[in-house]
Amino acid sequence: MANHSATHPKHVQHHFVDSNQQFESAKLGMWVFLVNEILFFGGLFCAYIVFRAWYPELFTQAALELNTFWGAVNTVVLIGSSLTVAMAIRSAQNNQKRGLEINLLITIFLACVFLVIKYFEYEHKLHLGIAPGSFWNPTEEIAAVLDHPKANIFFGIYYMMTGVHGLHVIVGIGLMVWLYLRARKGHFNSEYYTPVEITGLYWHLVDLIWIFLFPLLYLIE
Amino acid sequence: MASASTSATNAASTPTKLKVKRFAPAETPTNTYLTDEKGVWAWLTTVDHKKIGLMYLGAVAFFFALAGFLAIALRTELWTPAKTFIEADTYNQLFTLHGAMMVFFVLVPSIPAALGNFILPMQLGAKDVAFPRLNLASFYIYVFGAIFTFLSLANNGFDTGWTFYTPYSSDSNSAGIIWVTLGVFILGFSSILTGTNFITTIHKLRAPGISWDRLPLNIWALYATSIIQVLATPVLAITILLLAMENIMDIGIFDPALGGDPVLYQHFFWFYSHPAVYIMIVPGFGIISEVITTFSKKTIFGYWAIALSSLAIAFIGFLVWGHHMFTSGQSAVATTIFSFLTFLVGIPTGIKIFNWVATLYKGSISMKTPMLYVFIFIFLFSIGGFTGIMLGALSVDIHLHDTYYVVAHFHYVMMGGTLIALLAGLHYWWPKMTGKMYNEPLAKIAAGFIFVGFNVTFLPQFIMGAQGMPRRYYNYIDQFTPFHQTSTIGSYILAVGFLIILGYLLHSLFKGKQAGPNPWNSRGLEWQSTSPPDFHNFAHTPVVIHGPYDYHQPMEEFQLGLAVEHGHDEAHAEEATEAASEAKTEA
Repeated sequence: MANHSATHPKHVQHHFVDSNQQFESAKLGMWVFLVNEILFFGGLFCAYIVFRAWYPELFTQAALELNTFWGAVNTVVLIGSSLTVAMAIRSAQNNQKRGLEINLLITIFLACVFLVIKYFEYEHKLHLGIAPGSFWNPTEEIAAVLDHPKANIFFGIYYMMTGVHGLHVIVGIGLMVWLYLRARKGHFNSEYYTPVEITGLYWHLVDLIWIFLFPLLYLIE
Repeated sequence: MASASTSATNAASTPTKLKVKRFAPAETPTNTYLTDEKGVWAWLTTVDHKKIGLMYLGAVAFFFALAGFLAIALRTELWTPAKTFIEADTYNQLFTLHGAMMVFFVLVPSIPAALGNFILPMQLGAKDVAFPRLNLASFYIYVFGAIFTFLSLANNGFDTGWTFYTPYSSDSNSAGIIWVTLGVFILGFSSILTGTNFITTIHKLRAPGISWDRLPLNIWALYATSIIQVLATPVLAITILLLAMENIMDIGIFDPALGGDPVLYQHFFWFYSHPAVYIMIVPGFGIISEVITTFSKKTIFGYWAIALSSLAIAFIGFLVWGHHMFTSGQSAVATTIFSFLTFLVGIPTGIKIFNWVATLYKGSISMKTPMLYVFIFIFLFSIGGFTGIMLGALSVDIHLHDTYYVVAHFHYVMMGGTLIALLAGLHYWWPKMTGKMYNEPLAKIAAGFIFVGFNVTFLPQFIMGAQGMPRRYYNYIDQFTPFHQTSTIGSYILAVGFLIILGYLLHSLFKGKQAGPNPWNSRGLEWQSTSPPDFHNFAHTPVVIHGPYDYHQPMEEFQLGLAVEHGHDEAHAEEATEAASEAKTEA
């Protein structure tokens, strides 16, 4: 086939002219997808803005029920995981297989720590009857503090935002496990680390979204 | 556009004309993308953009037939003011399904996913889109979304209208609503991923020589569409997800009984659904530019005006969603601003119409079927567009909102616009995709049925809407009977037209004349290949040295070939010839 160069590296797919075109395309594709993700979460942020504009006292009251300390810990955990995924990319660029594997593992570990903390946060709330939608059934103690008639709406938004974000974290973990397994098999080197790069981009966005979620939900007063 | 496998810099530096040894593509190619992989499994697992495009075409045609059949049922029911043969509740489900299927499964994907997938890489001189596997995934996501929607029908169905307004759609906690909202949620990702694929392909996979000022206008249109798809569809996704959660666990954002706001739903919904209508029509505009230049044998008038107006429509289109909500209780300031912006968004479209008409001027017009559809498009879409502007006028809209006037308006723009453009593109690129010509006289007759049928169906609807006939109503008062009956007769004429099209297109697959590479003598790059094309589209990466509509250049200039370098003698030319013929027979 014409233009089927004899020096066609294995990792370059057939419709690309060379490795660079493939890499640039993958990055652009992922950036475009991230813009789409921003719009997706944007809808939820918009709902937040609208309801907060209408019921500001609700938001400041309800936010007190959220555990700021653990929210902050989660923020540090995610920022740390963004650092380690960037280090993983650096390792791949420098042909450091071991470094790549270790950094991916740490990122996965930190992401799991995030989920575990989230789990305990949710569990604690559900225990108190602070549940989304039709399961809203606060204990007397809570109902005394959270006496705003629209309190269920705040937590509906809270659960949707953190829930959708959490789903994205789970997907990210899945991707990074896949990357780790491929790294183990030696698929990545300085010539080809595209999947690591674009998964890293995705992970940075997941982190960025939390960085907006945290102050808007936990730090308002 | 000439092709060279040697570097184009030779051409740029030598002042003399490039010597090219041209090879006409085979008239009857033996090895094409259709023969390269065989069997159902090969099709279902293909990553070839051309096959994926055809699969989308088949799916879109299927849903169009289904939703069209529902339309016939609806129109038949409306023959008499009271019940004709359908119960009222069933009627509500039928028009809801008709709308949802047409919008989500036909109009939004049709031109980009079916024709766009096939043609875009070829117009860019690329071997495929940037992410072929993602392309296949987009198709399966589309199918999945459709399955969920059908599962909804098995679970009580839905009768909210395709707009799913709350609180009706969030009140009943209905299983039917949950299935269809999840189905639409899934389907949205098909649209988003296709848009991502197209944007990346257009940026990164253009053949050498295709600078942004040489992009076919079809590509500009698909580019603008893809931007809208990527920015708008996620908002639909989150809206529909929130609606699903309202039904599943009463989250309460939209339901007033739970403390929510139903108008907020409308804002969220229309923030996507207005740009969505531009997703539907802008690719159609791209097709019109391609067909009108080919069949006028003339370059486009106002290339940059048309190219940039697509981007302008994409941008302004995000700012007008409130014009669907003039009667929903928005503030007077908001409604006024939305009305003004609605008038504004009509301007870039008007610019296109003027530029197309100017393209015709002093052209060598050939009234083949695709061109016939172009004229039908200009007529019908102009009516649709004008009536849209009328609806954008606040005082007028107070009377016309939720009447048949709106129904007629959007059928004129969506069916008279998008669908007619799709038919134009289908008839234009059919020879390229299948290698066959269809029966031209029959095609023109069908176009006649469609044009007459369409106007008989929808013109009366403007009048009865203005007289107060509400939309989505099962019953009506006697004064509207003649209008409804005329409209129903029109719908049968339309149906006949579509059946004729289906007939001769299918017939052409088996008994059609060989098309040859370029039956329309187009200067487009996609036509400088065999019909049907090779698996890899082109034997060599083309190098483009002409603009997209250089009809002032002779046809021979556009035949692909291999550059013969100066100073090299005949022996090298021989080698090049042999290499090329080998490559061709290999292909």
